[in-house]
Parts: sequence; C-alpha cells; structure tokens
Amino acid sequence: MARTDRTDSFFLKDVRLMDPATGVDMNGHLRVEKGLVAEFGAIAVPSSGIPVWEGEGSVVTPGLVDVHAHFREPGFEYKETIESGSRAAVSGGFTAVCVMANTDPVNDHPEVTLGMVNRAREIGLCRVFPIGAVSLGLKGETLTEMGALTRAGCVGFSDDGFPVKTSRLFRRALEYAALFHRPVIDHCEDRDLSDGGVMNEGWVSTDLGLKGIPSASEEVIVARDLEILKSTRGRLHVAHLSTAGGVRLVRDAKKRHLNVTAETCPHYFSLTDEAVRCHHADAKMNPPLRTEEDRLAIIEGLRDGTIDMIATDHAPHAPFEKEREFDQAPFGIIGLETAFSLGLELVNSGSLDMSMLLYLMSVRPARVFGLPRGEIREGGLADLMVFEPRETTVAGVPGFRSKSRNSPFLRQKLAGRIRMTFVGGKKVFDDREEERNA
Amino acid sequence: MSDFLTSSHLLSVEDLTTDEMNGIFRTADSFLDLSSRTVKKVPSLRGKTLVNLFYEPSTRTRTSFEIAAKRLSADVINITTSQSSVVKGESLLDTVRTIEALGADGVVIRHPSSGVPEWISRRVGCHVINAGDGLREHPTQALLDLYTILKRKGRFEGLQVAIVGDILHSRVARSNIRALTRMGVRVRLVGPPTLIPQDTKGWNVEVVHDLKEGVRDCDVVMALRLQLERATASFIPSLKEYARLYGISPGILRIAKPDVLVLHPGPINRGIEIQDEESFHSHSGILDQVHFGVGIRMAVLYLLMAGQ
Amino acid sequence: MNSIDPSDASLPLRPDSSSPGRKILLESDQIERMIRRMAHEILERNQGSCDLYLVGILQGGGVLAKRLAERIQAIEGKPVSLGTVDITLYRDDLSTRASPPFLKESLLPESVDHKKIILVDDVLYTGRSVRCALDLLMDLGRPTLVQLAVLIDRGHRELPIRADFVGKNIPTGRDEVVEVSLEPQKETVALLRRTIEKDPA
Repeated sequence: MARTDRTDSFFLKDVRLMDPATGVDMNGHLRVEKGLVAEFGAIAVPSSGIPVWEGEGSVVTPGLVDVHAHFREPGFEYKETIESGSRAAVSGGFTAVCVMANTDPVNDHPEVTLGMVNRAREIGLCRVFPIGAVSLGLKGETLTEMGALTRAGCVGFSDDGFPVKTSRLFRRALEYAALFHRPVIDHCEDRDLSDGGVMNEGWVSTDLGLKGIPSASEEVIVARDLEILKSTRGRLHVAHLSTAGGVRLVRDAKKRHLNVTAETCPHYFSLTDEAVRCHHADAKMNPPLRTEEDRLAIIEGLRDGTIDMIATDHAPHAPFEKEREFDQAPFGIIGLETAFSLGLELVNSGSLDMSMLLYLMSVRPARVFGLPRGEIREGGLADLMVFEPRETTVAGVPGFRSKSRNSPFLRQKLAGRIRMTFVGGKKVFDDREEERNA
Repeated sequence: MSDFLTSSHLLSVEDLTTDEMNGIFRTADSFLDLSSRTVKKVPSLRGKTLVNLFYEPSTRTRTSFEIAAKRLSADVINITTSQSSVVKGESLLDTVRTIEALGADGVVIRHPSSGVPEWISRRVGCHVINAGDGLREHPTQALLDLYTILKRKGRFEGLQVAIVGDILHSRVARSNIRALTRMGVRVRLVGPPTLIPQDTKGWNVEVVHDLKEGVRDCDVVMALRLQLERATASFIPSLKEYARLYGISPGILRIAKPDVLVLHPGPINRGIEIQDEESFHSHSGILDQVHFGVGIRMAVLYLLMAGQ
Repeated sequence: MNSIDPSDASLPLRPDSSSPGRKILLESDQIERMIRRMAHEILERNQGSCDLYLVGILQGGGVLAKRLAERIQAIEGKPVSLGTVDITLYRDDLSTRASPPFLKESLLPESVDHKKIILVDDVLYTGRSVRCALDLLMDLGRPTLVQLAVLIDRGHRELPIRADFVGKNIPTGRDEVVEVSLEPQKETVALLRRTIEKDPA
C-alpha cells in the first residue's frame, strides 16, 4: 500500500473548490483541521506547522460515494479483498463504498457485517458500509434479522446477484426494513424470462449466437416491485437500471410520488451490446449492456432526475474466470477506477454539467443511504477528492489497484485524473506518490 | 492466385469473400475426383498433424474431417471431451496448452459455446477450423450446402432458398444465411415465432411463419434438425404439431418450384422435419451433402494447411 | 510455356524477348521434326501403339502429349489413349511454400491398369516432377510399364531418373531457364537467364 501521510490536518493550495450541495464554486485554498474543513477561499498560506499540498489549479470536491460494489471478502479473496477494493476505491476518488452481501458466508448475520466493518477500519482507506442480505443465504426464503444487521452497521438490504425471489418475500422485506428506515435494493430481473441468457437479446445476440436476456426481464420486476411498493410504507432502491423501459417505469412511479430511488452504472451510459463483439467476457455483466436506444434513455434518466445516482456495480472476477467460454464466464466488471472518468465523458459531451455529475456520484447517494459525505463548508467533513479534468488516464495502465482486471475499458484513454483523495482529512491516495513508489 | 485465403483460420463464413468461396468449390471439384480412385490418398499433408477436438458428440462431422485429413495423408488425433467437463470448469486455456504440446499444425474444433474457435485462434500458433460453435457458426456445413446447390442448380444468382425450422438455435442456419446472401441468393426463414430470433435486422432475409407461403416458388428448401428437447422447453407444444405445421412433405414441395432441391444437414428426425422422403427422392440432395462434405473439407484443409 | 512453372520460381522471372539474354535454340520446323522422330521411336520400342497411353504432366507436358498422340495416330491410323495429370498434390515442396497452389484438372479418360504409360513432359530438369507423376500413377492403378518422353533434357538431375525418349539434350546452367512454347507454327525453345526482379522501392 502506498503509505500516505496520516495527519488529518493539511493545507491545499491553489485549487478550484466545487460542492454542488453548498453551492461553492470558486478558486482559492482550503485548510483542513482534525478531519474537518476549517476555512477555504482567499485565505492566507501558512508558513509552517501544517503539511501543504500543491493543488496546481486542480478541482477539489466532496469525495465520491458508491452505493453498489462487491469487495468479495469474506470468501472470494482471490477476486478482491476489502483492502484491494478500498485501494481501488480511493484511487477512483471514492471516500465511501457500500458493499454487497453475496460473500461467502453471505452477509446475512451481524458477525459477518462486523467482520467487514472492522476489517475496513483496520485498513483505514475509504469508509465501507455493508449491505445486508434480504434473505438467509440469498435463497429467497427466510428474512434475515434486519434489526441486528442494522445495529451491526448495514445501511440497506439486498439479495443482489439475484432479485428478491418472490413477490411475497419482497413485500415483507419492504415492510420490515422500513422499521429500521433502511431501503431494499433490488436486482430487478425475471430469471425465468432470462432463461439462461448471457447478453442483451437483440441483433448482436442473434449475430453472435449467444442466448439473449430480454429487456422485459428487467422491466417485469421493476414493475412488480413498484406495484408492491405502492401499498407499503417501505423504500425501494432499484439497482443498476439498464433499459429504457425500466427508466420509464421509475419516472412514472416518481410522478406518482412512490418512495423509490434508482441507480445506473457507468457502463450502461457508456457502452452498448456491440461492445461484446470485441471485449468478450469483459463486457459481460448482469443486467447486460443494452442497445443505443437504452443508453440514450439512461442518460436522459440521469438528466431529468429519474435516476438518482451513478453506482459502479464493481464486480471483480479473476482472469481465469473471465478468460473462457463467453457463456460460462461469470457476470460482472470492475468499475471503481473508471467510474468518475466515464462520468466526466458525459460532462465533456455536454450531457451533464459538472455539478450534476458530482450530485449524482456523491451528494445524492450519500443522502439516500444516510452516509457521511464530504462538504466544502466550514465544519464540513473532509472526505474530499482532488482531480484534474484537463488530464487523461489510460484505464488499467500500469495496473488496476483492484485485484482483478475485468474491464471493457482496459487500456482505453479516459478523461480526467484523480490526484488525491482524503478521508476524514487523512490523505489516503496520492497519484504522484504512487508514481514515485512504482 | 494461389494464396487466396486471406485468413489462416476458418472461423466463420463471414471471413470468406465470394472469390474465396468459389476457390474452395473449385478445389473441391479436384478432390472429389480422387474418391473414384483405387488409392484415394494423396501425400499433400504428409507429416502434418491435425487435431480433431470435439466437445460435443458429432460422429458425422468428425468422421468427415477425419476422412478428409487422412486422404491428404495428415496424421489425425481425435480428442472427444464431454460437454459435462466443460461445465465442470475444465479450462480452455488447458486446451490451448494441449494443442501446443501436441505440436498440431491444425485443429478442428467443435464446441457448445459460441465464439470458442475464435477465442482459441487468438491463442495458438496453428490453423483453427471451426466445426461448429454453439449457435454461432458451422462454416464447412454451409460451404458444402452451397456446393451441393451449385452442383445441382449450376448457379447461385436468382435462386430463392427457404430455411425451415429452428433458426434460433441453429448455427447451420446462421452460417448458411451469411454465405447464401453473400452469394446473391434470396433467403426466406420459415418457422414458428418462438424459433426465429427476435431481431434479424442485420440479415438480408425475409421471415415467414407459414410453411406454404415460405416454400412458394423456392428453388431450394433447407430443413433444419429439430432438437427434440425444444418441445419440453415450450418452444413448440409438441413434435406432432411441429411436424404438421413445418414438416417437409411431398404435398408441401408441390408449392415450390417443380425442380426444387431439398437439403438437410442431418441427422434427420424422420417423420418430423422430413416426411415421406422416398417419394421425393429425386429432389433430395441429402446424400450429395454427405459425399460433398469430404471434398469441401479436403479443400479447406489443403488450402489452409498445405503451405508453410 | 515453361518447364519450370514461372510461379514456382523462388526468384521472379522477367522474360523479355527484346532482352539480349534470351537465345532462341530451336525453331518450329526443328521441333516438328523432333516430335515426329520421338513418335517413331515410341512406336518402335513398344512394337506399335497397342495399349499405349500417353500421359502429359501439367502444365508443360499436356500439349506435347497431345502432339505426340496426333503424330502416332497419323502413323498407325488408329487413335491412341491420351490423358493429363496434375502433380500439385504430390509435390515435395508444398510445405516450403507460403501457401498452396491452385489445383489443375487431371484428365484421365481411361484406367491406367495394364497400360504402357508414356509419361510426357516438355523439359526434364531435376527429375522431381517425374517422381511426383510416378507416385501419382502408382496410386491410380497398376500400369504394365512406364516410360518417359521429354522434348528437352537440360541436365542437373537430383534423382536417379532418365528419359527413354529425348527430343534434344541441351546443356544449361542452373541460373538459366528453358522456355518451351508449342503454339502451332510458332514453336520455339529458348534459353534465358534467370534475373532478379528489382524492387522499384
């Protein structure tokens, strides 16, 4: 690990300060003391007694918040660990990450939750918030002890990887999780309709001779969940929206004032199913990459607020698992280290403005899941990232910090460069320091 | 002229230009002459090793490749691996290492997963020939089907072909659609909506669900093999109903052109895809397909492997 | 027409009739006389044309075999069996080439069994083509005997093969090419030097 300075006080010189939540957008300096923003703007540069980092005109903003990642520990440490996942996160500008429950053992018991929380605290890079399972063993049969899991630190409940299996269980989960003010996050997919499909059903699947997953697979369960939500007091968070139909359903539900939020992932607004042709299993995830029409609908959903946030669905798999028959390879791609750059591409193409992107990747996810978040205001938490939008990076070169490298963006030139990341005022990532150590 | 195959593998008919396909047909002509000789072997691939790597049982295709290779004097190694070991997670990378260790000059691959031959071709130093991958391609089958059509009809231009049956799950159909349309043949896909891909926009084909309408004025009717388990998976209600709606019978053929040619990649489910075959024997090209298969595969092996 | 298929040569040729390197060795009437003499020799050695089967080695031997057959028929007053063989599949240099050559069509209207085969080629050089043709003939059946007729024997044998009937022996250098054309009335045999094509770049 790149050893970084453990002090939680510093001075950041010559930066552009941006925070969509506080409305700050100015040039100046920033001083952090004991993990909190002390002052910022046209303030005096201290002569001694505090480390001074050169901002060189880069942008400092609240750190990113990811509500959907897989850190694979416990159980699948060959794919990722809490440590390698955390390192990937902070190098991507993330200061807080929610990790899914499909570990081994499944996070359906407070001891598993506590194990994750404690391990993350030992590592001390990003803040890690476990998502508990909805059902024991993700089997879709018996509810987990959501009360105990909440006390242990779970911030939401999901059987991610699988949809909540039955309508009945989904209703009970919504109702019961509401008792602890926690959302139920659903991976919306009708498995029966997917019927063993491995990519989006459409012209590309016809051409490649691969079994397709129809858009309706997603839409059917989004619709089911929304109709059940209507008559409960619960809160639904729709994971990784990928289809135009799914966006439309969520948009209508919000008009009906249902208590629903939704996320999408960078790949759904960056790529279409055509990517499967050249990236093979590195473009295989579930839900699958869809068509251009869906991609544009996802961007529109981000613009009009139908989709509340961008999550990564960071899903590491070892090379030997991905380098094989397409239909036998597991679903999922890594995303923590490319997410912000792909978001910047939306800003560069004029689809979003910068403050909207920061809202979608930091402010809104933190609010929806009640997570701590950096703020550029006096007394605000110093969970911050510093990035240089005028530079570019090449994804995965010289290497990802994640243990895995299953990314369709591998070796692609992407916009922006994360320069530094601070969690609670401590510098947890510094691009140049890593370069020097390399 | 001689170095006309631009690719060193045969993965998809998509890789072949019309000139290349015609060159393969011309070469097959010469090889078919050999089969009437006392000694049917020529020494062109002497000292070369061909590995037949079959992850799916297929006696016909494997035997056809084996005869073709042996007539060219290549040494043939057959490796047949069950589908179950693929599912169990036997690594394809191990397969690649096996091929390299055997010092193979060429490898013929049949695999239940689409895209595997292409995947392997990027990782081995020898020629890779696709003998059928998943639902994607079966290029030598399409070549021999086209060759049969060429021999029986004398041309491709202006022909109307109907491909009848389970298009959705058929690599034979996919390869034929690509090859036939490239040769300027008009193609009609005939089958129930459940067995035709939901999106066919990239193919220049007509989709018809009624068999009578589908075979009308056709020069060639190509029936596909129906996997019997499609009935249990609700793609069709029953084999009986499928046979009634989509079986090729003498009555149906009367709607096609008087000299219609009937093809089937085999093995045939008699009474289902093809009914009362004896009564339209003179229209059947099915035996020709088997015979021409060896010539086409010899041509492919020769053109890919006889050089350095 | 050339005994060494120009496409075979590892060095590209630039046959140029205006080139001072090209030398005409035999003209039409000389060649016609040679063919006539060879026909007579073949008939004499085999005591007539009974069971004779003239088989030209493609490319160059095809036309010569036809000319010999016509001549024999004119002498004997009855047709003689005639065929051609493509030896491509039997070549020993296939695997040294970047890619295999296209196949030519062998035409053997009758079985070779119990026949006296006269293999015909325009130029005898290393003997390798003849070796191919012999192997091919044995794969086709069991001829009574095989004899070899060539228009030009230019020497440089690499195999223990000799011709039974020779139009003319012409001493050559390895860097020379014997060019045979049997176009009616314009028959020529010429000698030219193998030149290396200069890459314009």
